[in-house]
Amino acid sequence: MNTRAGFEIEVMKHLDAAYNLARWLARNDQDAEDVVQEAVLRAFRFFGGFRGGDAKVWLLAIVRNTFYTLRSRAPAAGAVDEFDEAIHGGEDHDDPQAVLLRAIDAQSLRDALERLPPEFREVLVLRELEECSYKEIASITNLKIGTVMSRLARARGRLQLELTGREVMA
Amino acid sequence: MNCPDVRLLLHAYLDDELDAADSLSLTRHVAGCAACKQRVRMYTQLRGHLREADLYRSAPEALRARIAAQSPRAREEAVTSPRRGWNFALAALAALFVIATAFAGWQTLQLRRQASGSLIVEAVNDHVRALLPGHLIDVRTSDQHTVKPWFDGRVDFSPQVKDLSAQGFELVGGRLDVLDGRQVAALVYRRHLHMINLFQWPGGAVAPARPQTRDGYHVLAWQGAGLRFVAVSSVAEGDLEAFARAFRTAPAATREAAH
Repeated sequence: MNTRAGFEIEVMKHLDAAYNLARWLARNDQDAEDVVQEAVLRAFRFFGGFRGGDAKVWLLAIVRNTFYTLRSRAPAAGAVDEFDEAIHGGEDHDDPQAVLLRAIDAQSLRDALERLPPEFREVLVLRELEECSYKEIASITNLKIGTVMSRLARARGRLQLELTGREVMA
Repeated sequence: MNCPDVRLLLHAYLDDELDAADSLSLTRHVAGCAACKQRVRMYTQLRGHLREADLYRSAPEALRARIAAQSPRAREEAVTSPRRGWNFALAALAALFVIATAFAGWQTLQLRRQASGSLIVEAVNDHVRALLPGHLIDVRTSDQHTVKPWFDGRVDFSPQVKDLSAQGFELVGGRLDVLDGRQVAALVYRRHLHMINLFQWPGGAVAPARPQTRDGYHVLAWQGAGLRFVAVSSVAEGDLEAFARAFRTAPAATREAAH
């Protein structure tokens, strides 16, 4: 796998994963395609920096960085990291009353997920759709494993709030 | 384990990331705590919804084809005529051709190319990538005295820039590129319709490399004055050798030579 040809095959194998993450981050088809195309170019170009290991994790990390670079949004880790720890008391905002939802249609769920801030959206997509382990999510997002856990907790709380909020209004 | 602990750890529990001891004390607590039990149920249900809602977005086929076409071998078809200012119809036709052949070419390419991750492969890839629209040149000029200062402050060495127009190689411009894990200077020369990329960077003596051909591109490497050079092009092998000879013997750009 450590040849460039092997690596290119790996990249093609994980193209769905790359697009899935890019699409959920960018929230529209065109931007997602741009992100993936640029990310793949970078992956090929910096193949020399790939020291073996999981090509999927490596590619997804590049996709994520590419998205934030192209959008010049809040850069990789760091910023939100401290935010997590600092607003410990504020965690209740993301902690919904335990209300069980009745049937949820896919569209509401999709909308709710898209309304979440990207740092919550990305961990949910990586965990629930890509089925990445905490360790993999930590390498992709450049976060500590403990932070991955607390961010997933808050992301799910926020998502639940979005959904129950809508249900109450309906 | 108390309720605040459970609030956080139940996520690791649901994700199967909690160790056995913590899992045990979590389930013990939850069994005797109605609020936490409800919370576990709620998130279990949320995860069920997420899984069932068909949220996964797979890569569109067109994108897959486009990316397969970015593989060097497939792209070669598109860049046999690297002349700028293609008319649109021709470009569209070529794009269609690339997409059509990309898939067929992909597998055979992987088997055929004994890619060693070597410098040569990288140089050819850089060359091919440089032929993509908008990638070729950062500083566009045929004047060696413009190209050389442009590199000052952009690379940590002083690249050799030479005027070879008398020998039939027109200087088109230069740009920065990455090769062998470091930033290198790339000069672009033109021979008729063919582009020649000349990469250079500081490096000690290495065993002289023989001319190589990879994916239809000729590659020549040499060294001198503390620099290593790699030239890549689709020109005839003899032409590339003539280019290398001309470059080695021509005087370098100096301020004094400017007029």
